[in-house]
Amino acid sequence: MNQPTPLDPALVRGMTQRRLSRRDALRISGMSAAALALAACGVKGQGNTTPTAPAADAVTKFWAGKTRNGHVDFANWPLYMDPKKPELKKFTDETGITVTYQEVIEDMGPWFAKVQPQLAANQSIGFDMMVITNGLQFKQFVVSGFLAPLDHSKLTNFKAHAGASYKTAAYDPGNAYSTPWASGITGIAYNPDRIKTAPTKLADLWNPAYKGKVGMMSDSQELGNFGMMKLGITPEKSTPDDWRKTAEELKKQKSLVRKYYGQEYIDALGSGEVWITQAWSGDIFQKNVSEGSNFKFVIPEEGATLWTDNMTIPVTAKNPVDAITLMDYFYQVEVSATLAEYINYITPVPEAQEAIKDHAAKATGEDKEFLQAVAESPLVFPSQADYAKLHYYRDFANNAEQQEYQGIFEPVVLG
Amino acid sequence: MGGRLRTRLTPYALILPGGLWLLLFFVVPMVAMLSLSLQEGDVVSGYQLTFRWQTYVDGFTNYQEQIVRSLWYGLVTTVLQIVIAFPIAYWIAFRGGRRKSMYLFLLLLPFFVSFVLRTISWKFILTDEGLLLAPLKDLGLLPQEFHVLGTAPAVILGLTYNFLPFMVLPIYVALERVDPRVVEAARDLYASPVQVFRRVIFPLSLPGVFAGVLMTFVPASSDYVNSELLGSSNTFMIGQVIQRQYLSNQNYPTASALSFTLMGILLIGIFIYARVLGTEDVLKVAAR
Repeated sequence: MNQPTPLDPALVRGMTQRRLSRRDALRISGMSAAALALAACGVKGQGNTTPTAPAADAVTKFWAGKTRNGHVDFANWPLYMDPKKPELKKFTDETGITVTYQEVIEDMGPWFAKVQPQLAANQSIGFDMMVITNGLQFKQFVVSGFLAPLDHSKLTNFKAHAGASYKTAAYDPGNAYSTPWASGITGIAYNPDRIKTAPTKLADLWNPAYKGKVGMMSDSQELGNFGMMKLGITPEKSTPDDWRKTAEELKKQKSLVRKYYGQEYIDALGSGEVWITQAWSGDIFQKNVSEGSNFKFVIPEEGATLWTDNMTIPVTAKNPVDAITLMDYFYQVEVSATLAEYINYITPVPEAQEAIKDHAAKATGEDKEFLQAVAESPLVFPSQADYAKLHYYRDFANNAEQQEYQGIFEPVVLG
Repeated sequence: MGGRLRTRLTPYALILPGGLWLLLFFVVPMVAMLSLSLQEGDVVSGYQLTFRWQTYVDGFTNYQEQIVRSLWYGLVTTVLQIVIAFPIAYWIAFRGGRRKSMYLFLLLLPFFVSFVLRTISWKFILTDEGLLLAPLKDLGLLPQEFHVLGTAPAVILGLTYNFLPFMVLPIYVALERVDPRVVEAARDLYASPVQVFRRVIFPLSLPGVFAGVLMTFVPASSDYVNSELLGSSNTFMIGQVIQRQYLSNQNYPTASALSFTLMGILLIGIFIYARVLGTEDVLKVAAR
């Protein structure tokens, strides 16, 4: 059934001999109908593969006639806000806009695959704001024209309080489509009850003593970055040859790896399925706070990955004005401070550090200690020296390059 | 005349709902998938139909290991199921007495709970520091790094558990139909109990076993839930590859081509199986 079926010989004979019987004619029309049916099943793309800045009038065009509706549907990742949602309550009190907050994003690839068909058909995805990571899918969202161009006249807090480095991010120059929610570090987390010698290097993830107890991430950029840094390759400057070498190195690790995880790595760490795993900095902190566990997080000597999760508004959002109001709200210093205190990820608002110190000064006992620790944590406010060890994902010039990368790292995960 | 026309058209009218159903939910998706499998491109710039058959070749060569593994898991599962299901079905059919339907109900009871939930429960039971393993590890009977989850036996256990009723029921139906007088006749002719089973009961149960194999081997080898929840990166089955290619990598052509390849392999396998096992028509047996 896998053989291409060229024309039926009898049919060819019929055609060359100009004796087209009625049956043959029917057959031909049947065949072309089938071919038509096959062709009609194509998947439409957006026809544009290079990222472009939005056209000059795109912002005015998108925002014209859009009004406030009093509600926002917000899609975010798990472990990204205090479960009691104090920030959202305050927002509703201040503005009267209600927010439905759902932790539905667990992995970038599946999320893009899930919303792509609706966005391509110009339908609402049920969310007015979504938090997406810089990287492969961020670019796919942008080049497909799925993100609303942001009206910066509505982002006054962002302008006043966001850190300078967050306004010049290479993946979204000038914050045309996104503003940062939080940045984080992908490093190593481990269970000190099971692993007695504290891991310091990426090579510790390749230690045969931990066979079946090592967790890695299924995201090809997270996985690729760790492999490259282990081999001493700078991810941002890596070439396809480097990728192939890295994939080989990762395949050597495969027999030790319990599973390639998305967000669920944290549950695997909690249940004892893995003892040492690739992990996102703030998750470990929140896990320890909420469950009283004692997991440790280290930035490996060879380096770690730095990423930024960004608030974006899908073009098909029903309440874009409410969404951009909420987006801007998160840049109030006080709001970003309380958020950082809970999630323990890098906040895009540098002034938050002072605010957290203030909170610490006013607090007593355990709370005081805790808040002081947050204000001084290198995972929330990294120093310049810390930043030097951190690497971004490889940025891809075009689709072909990205597909080559995917094609090289996919087989590691799909083993 | 009108009456005759009506009688002639009746079968067609009767088949209409089913036929439409098949057309809409089987033929149309199949054509769409076939088309997708022959397209080239990516999700951003779109896919075009280019009749690229190479996708099939690439898919098969790249994921041969997972295809073979899936068929192997399916086979082991099926054999285990026959071994487990036959005594159950036999016991219910011949010793069940008045309570037969209650036993059948008990057998089906767990299956009123969602398939995924039941598999997740196994994950809870089998997890490294869970109900089953933690006490054994604390007693020092097992090393700390010992684990069941993430291994091939865990996946096969899940598959065997989840598809068991589909093996028990057809065998039960076949055994239930065995006329007690045939067994009595065998005894009257001085057959020992073993001979009665081997030469009378077992051959008569074969159509049930045959249908059971069909109903478990096919879904078991294309399953992805069990390996996803109970397995690891070393137990990847072809269903998982297809699922990831579709839902995570948006590689629709490869996913579709792999689906068709798997379907082809299973169909060929089943027809060979049918030929070897007997002369009876596969569909006729399956329909019993």
